[in-house]
Amino acid sequence: MERTRFYFMQFKKTLLLTFQSEIDKMNYLIQAEEVVKKYGDYTALNKVSIQVPQGSIYGLLGPNGAGKTSLIRIINQITMPDSGRILFEGKALQPDDVHKIGYLPEERGLYKSMKVGEQALYLAQLKGMSRQDAKKALKFWFDKFEIGDWWGKKVQELSKGMAQKVQFIVTVMHQPKLLIFDEPFSGFDPINANLIKDEILELKKNGATIIFSTHRMESVEELCDHIALIDQSNKILDGNLIDIKRQFKTNTFEVGIHAENYDQIKNDLREYFEITPSHFKSLENDLKLNISIKDSESSNELIHFLTSRGTLNHFVELIPSANDIFIQAINKSKFNSTKIL
Amino acid sequence: MDKLKLIIVREFLSKVRNKSFIIMTFLSPILMIGLIVLVAFLTKTSIEKPRSVAYINQSRYFTAADFKNTKTLSYVDMSKQTLETAKTAVQNSELTGLLVIPNDSIIDSLAVNMQFYSTESPGVAFVEDLQSKFNEKLKITKMLNLGLDTSKVASAEIRTDIHLNNFSGETTSKLKNEIKLAIGATSGYLIMMFIIIYGAMVMRSVIEEKTSRIIEVIISSVKPFYLMLGKVIGTAGAGIFQFLIWIVVLTVLSFVVMPLLGMDNNINMTPEQLEAAQKLGNINEMELAVNEILQLPLVTIIISFILFFTGGYLLYSSLYAAIGAAVDNETDTQQFMMPIIMPLMLGLYIGFGVVINDPHGTMATVFSMVPFTSPIVMMMRIPMGVPIWQIVVSLVLLYATFLGMIWLSAKIYRVGILMYGKKPTYKELWKWMRY
Repeated sequence: MERTRFYFMQFKKTLLLTFQSEIDKMNYLIQAEEVVKKYGDYTALNKVSIQVPQGSIYGLLGPNGAGKTSLIRIINQITMPDSGRILFEGKALQPDDVHKIGYLPEERGLYKSMKVGEQALYLAQLKGMSRQDAKKALKFWFDKFEIGDWWGKKVQELSKGMAQKVQFIVTVMHQPKLLIFDEPFSGFDPINANLIKDEILELKKNGATIIFSTHRMESVEELCDHIALIDQSNKILDGNLIDIKRQFKTNTFEVGIHAENYDQIKNDLREYFEITPSHFKSLENDLKLNISIKDSESSNELIHFLTSRGTLNHFVELIPSANDIFIQAINKSKFNSTKIL
Repeated sequence: MDKLKLIIVREFLSKVRNKSFIIMTFLSPILMIGLIVLVAFLTKTSIEKPRSVAYINQSRYFTAADFKNTKTLSYVDMSKQTLETAKTAVQNSELTGLLVIPNDSIIDSLAVNMQFYSTESPGVAFVEDLQSKFNEKLKITKMLNLGLDTSKVASAEIRTDIHLNNFSGETTSKLKNEIKLAIGATSGYLIMMFIIIYGAMVMRSVIEEKTSRIIEVIISSVKPFYLMLGKVIGTAGAGIFQFLIWIVVLTVLSFVVMPLLGMDNNINMTPEQLEAAQKLGNINEMELAVNEILQLPLVTIIISFILFFTGGYLLYSSLYAAIGAAVDNETDTQQFMMPIIMPLMLGLYIGFGVVINDPHGTMATVFSMVPFTSPIVMMMRIPMGVPIWQIVVSLVLLYATFLGMIWLSAKIYRVGILMYGKKPTYKELWKWMRY
């Protein structure tokens, strides 16, 4: 009995191992495998691979001209990769998969002389919706955004912000599994940008996976679970945002301490730690420092040291911002590439 | 396929609902009729305006009887004055000019020594009118001098009329060639106009999608090729729709306007005139013409027209679409228009220059096979009778080229629609084709 049980467990294990890769695939909504895209002599994407987990918000980051849009266009099947492939739900991307994708390109636009409602219906039908379903979905969204009375207006009569709202609705109305937003907040005023941000989070809650391409880092912090960093056609970094932050953290703490003799404390600290002045805002007239400890040391020791010298008012670990990571990673990759040269 | 239908319908509706399209649809026939009426009116008035000419007649071959006033031309005799005084007198008057017939007893030399003085050079038609008038008079005089009986000479006048037959035994009339020519020329011209007008419309529509930046949204749902095809077909639909409206409006308008102008003689004829006309054979000619048209290989003509029209339009409009995709605005299209307009013009020139004189010569045959000129040239040849195999070969070449061109155009289109900001060169287009 025990023995059969043992064999069964073994069998289950091998089975699991065999299918682990398959299961991984299923957990990713979309995967790019060594995608290469060339325009003439120019390489836009050089063997780029990414894995976008189901239900995540995936930030595709990189400076202008890095290759983000090229990759997005390949996922949208607007262009074909020269080599490599794209998997959608673990299977090679099919032409009909465009119905499961909603795409908001960086260059927005609608037919100017076409009426809003008619246009939205047309675009929904191009995404494979039936006319009735499209009407229902549009009614829902128009009510939600309180723009029902725009239905019969021509797009050229709308303001830019209004047109952007219509464009957003057009992108999401067919309830795609995958949403791709290329710089979604550009062109929105702060109120509407917030509205869109909330919508994106709600879409995620409802199960959509979102790829989010931007070079604006503050939105990355708020929204993204995973990121990939693309620079000069190469992916230079990717993974879970928190893991990446851990990887990039410098064990630096922002400290505000109140004591009698600041110079004395600074001198004492220098013996054990690396310190630099800090400029955070606070209500107290404290000594403000950034203090770095070594990996082997624990923050307890530092706290202990500080509390023994004065009143510790402020103690925060400095977590690298996405922006810092972005700049560091790009500089590192530049450094590496020059080293190779 | 559903998507293609969606695109076609949208393209059609967006064209048809366009304000300028609606205005042009109803305004053009009115303008056209207006222009015809204006031209007719102007020619009528200019013809009917009588002219006065002064003359000095020193020749004994002409008498006052030869200078009888007509409806359009009146004569003022200045034979008694010297040349110089007559010249000044004419210059200071309303008279058109001064005709001088010298005193020359040799008819042949007299015939070439008449002079006409005027401030502005007179119209060609007016001069020819005078020439033929005096020529006739001098011819008769000469005949009399030679001792010929003018009445006998007149009765010896013969009009030769070779009756044209084809081997299947149908007799044709002179009229038939003109009808054939008219049908051919109209078809060819129609094809060319349609290509130029609606091809450019396809191009503008592509540019609009590019400049309004909606293109990326669209092609993330549908293949660029289908978008291009849908555009080409939808625009053609709108074009044919517009043409049909034009034909209807023109027909109605011409029935209203022509009788007012008295241009349609048959309608205004009195019964006696009608009888006279019948005797003269005018009405028979009309009937004959209808008969002739019915005798033409109408089915072949109509089917070929539809096929060549479609093929030619598709071929060229796919090129127009590619150009639209390559540029950012309409001004940049100029450099690419030449290769499109040239073959069209060539087709028309060959049609009117060569086909008319030699419909089955080498030149006409070759250019009715070359795909870019064949829709026009072949359509002009077909009413003259072209072997079916030639039509088939020409059509196969046309459609094969169309497939090749739309494949190339789609490549340019696919790359071009996503390119912004720079004015492409031919070299770049060549590069895009190989992406």
